[in-house]
Amino acid sequence: MSFPKIRVPYLLLLPGFAFLFTFFILPIINLAQTSTQTPIAGGDTGEYEQTLAFGNYIQAFVDNKEQFGRSFVYATLATIFALAIAYPLAYAIAFKSGKFKNILLVLVVAPFFTSFLLRTIAWKQILGEEGFVVPGLRSLHIIGQQTTLTSTSVAVVAGMTYNFLPFMTLPLYASLERIDPRTIEAAGDLYANGITAFRRVTVPLSLPGVVAGTLLTFIPAAGDYVNAAILGSPNTKMIGNVIESRYFKIVDYPTAAALSFTLMAAILILVTLYIRKAGTEELV
Amino acid sequence: MAKERSLSPQARSILGTQVSRRAVLAGAGGIGAAGLLAACGGGGSSSSGGDATTVRWGNWPLYLDFDEDSKTYPTLVKFSEKTGIDAKYFEDYNDNDEFFGKVQAQLKLGEDIGYDVVTPTDWMAARWIRLGYSQKYDAANIPNKVNILDSLASPSYDLNRESTLTWQGIMGGFGWNVEKNPKGIRTLDDLFAPQNKGKIVVLTEMRDTIGVILLGQGVDINKVTEDQFMNAVDFMAKKISDGWIRGVKGNEYAEDLTSGDATAVIGWSGDMFILASENEGKFDFAIPESGGTISGDNLMIPSTASAAGKANAEKMINYYYEPAVAAEVAAYVNYVCPVKGAQAEMEKIAPELANSEYIFPTEKTASRLNVFRSLTPDEETKWAEAFQQAQGN
Repeated sequence: MSFPKIRVPYLLLLPGFAFLFTFFILPIINLAQTSTQTPIAGGDTGEYEQTLAFGNYIQAFVDNKEQFGRSFVYATLATIFALAIAYPLAYAIAFKSGKFKNILLVLVVAPFFTSFLLRTIAWKQILGEEGFVVPGLRSLHIIGQQTTLTSTSVAVVAGMTYNFLPFMTLPLYASLERIDPRTIEAAGDLYANGITAFRRVTVPLSLPGVVAGTLLTFIPAAGDYVNAAILGSPNTKMIGNVIESRYFKIVDYPTAAALSFTLMAAILILVTLYIRKAGTEELV
Repeated sequence: MAKERSLSPQARSILGTQVSRRAVLAGAGGIGAAGLLAACGGGGSSSSGGDATTVRWGNWPLYLDFDEDSKTYPTLVKFSEKTGIDAKYFEDYNDNDEFFGKVQAQLKLGEDIGYDVVTPTDWMAARWIRLGYSQKYDAANIPNKVNILDSLASPSYDLNRESTLTWQGIMGGFGWNVEKNPKGIRTLDDLFAPQNKGKIVVLTEMRDTIGVILLGQGVDINKVTEDQFMNAVDFMAKKISDGWIRGVKGNEYAEDLTSGDATAVIGWSGDMFILASENEGKFDFAIPESGGTISGDNLMIPSTASAAGKANAEKMINYYYEPAVAAEVAAYVNYVCPVKGAQAEMEKIAPELANSEYIFPTEKTASRLNVFRSLTPDEETKWAEAFQQAQGN
């Protein structure tokens, strides 16, 4: 017995589609419904009814544009820093590590063996008053005696850069590793010096990794709230913190839902523009 | 004017020898993320529904006597031995709002939320009762109910204590690092003194933080109006934007104090008590000159508990209202003990603690503690929103 040829791909799609439908499409529909609700007159905390109040979106955005802006600035900075750190790292692992390649790759992934939260809390201690960084920088007069590092935007961006670094490194490594060394040799044969060969051959060939890495870093970073909650202060709150507070603290589900949608839309637009510019073929 | 009291030297010395509650917390700086601490809870939440011989209790972290060596809760073990009821204890109550957010949908649908006893703070207990999410006790199962302190016997949300009994009372006031604040902190001006600039942490619990600020502004928090409240929130927002207040946090303010990131806080008595004892008096706590806040966490049976679960829960609540058991718990958690007769029992197990103003407040002390008035649902949402926005959310 055999399936007609055409059906097989569809059947293979089924489990994935069922999963996405249950855990993505249904919640999204629910979220969309919630986002246009308003409180029931005389109702209790957390009781809302559907009134198709699309004004929720405008209100939610206007009230929180500062945190939206901050989220995208922090996420962009973290992505740039992560790229600056990860590119040389991935390059070294791909081309210069020799027999240590596997060990180095394991080390890149090693942080995942510990909880995301514990690692972020560890940063709080490293950057805290009794860690070694602050007293060190103070004695070198790089920062003032009263300057602290925790509860600042520096700490939040540093935490995000650190936490998302493996997501940047691994795709970069994958695309660098695939580069045929003979193309670089050929560049040399054509009288390109090292820098030119890197710029004209290695970088363009590694672009798929750059695009994938920046997306994998930027998207979760823009919606992140753990780093801002643990390492930040009230002045460094991101949109994720606002959504959490709206949902859990104020029990204002509609605003939380509207903010989530706005965040998704904003990310989608930015990513689309980015991929358009970078070219979709770079992703594959 | 009563002389301001701090921890007595005896209290400090006796606490120095006690099992460290804070040590358990070391490193586990909780954040608002739901369920993180669930992993630390005892038992394991494998049972999907209550059965005839178990009781499932959701409580705040570090809020029950714990034995470091055997990794068990001694009073709870004794309860199980005595009654044959298997008590499953979950330390997953991290924040009132957050816990409510997690279980509300199930409560609404009448599905088991996984607990036979929950421990919400007064105002949240009031919300559960209002929404019909709690069950009334069978009074015959809780004869020890009469042991509740007179001052706690009839709160506005449950006049005859028909569905709640206080687990512990919590005082809100000033905590500080003694080296940085040698004269102590008694007023808002002391708190916002230059040496604390940028190193002040206040509580995420709105009624404690804004309560202490309001009291400092001479407002009676039992009658506070919306204008007065918003005025106090603006005061806090200004202190945040001017860089005085570093953070608005839950229990983790204690870690900021020990790490030196904070030098002064609006905090809770029990936490500060432990911090002081573990750091050789480096920290201290006082009820503000203008008055502190007092609130209670309540043992409550959710509407979704089965009949058997409810009966077991009642037995357990009754057990914890025995003075000797209550004293044993209070000796560990150091919050205000709500049970009559526990002070006399404390004389037997830890005489020094029996005189602690913070576990057994005298009438004079009690008169300086204030209860935040209950809010209407509208106020609850609006005020919480203002408080959250002031913290950048």
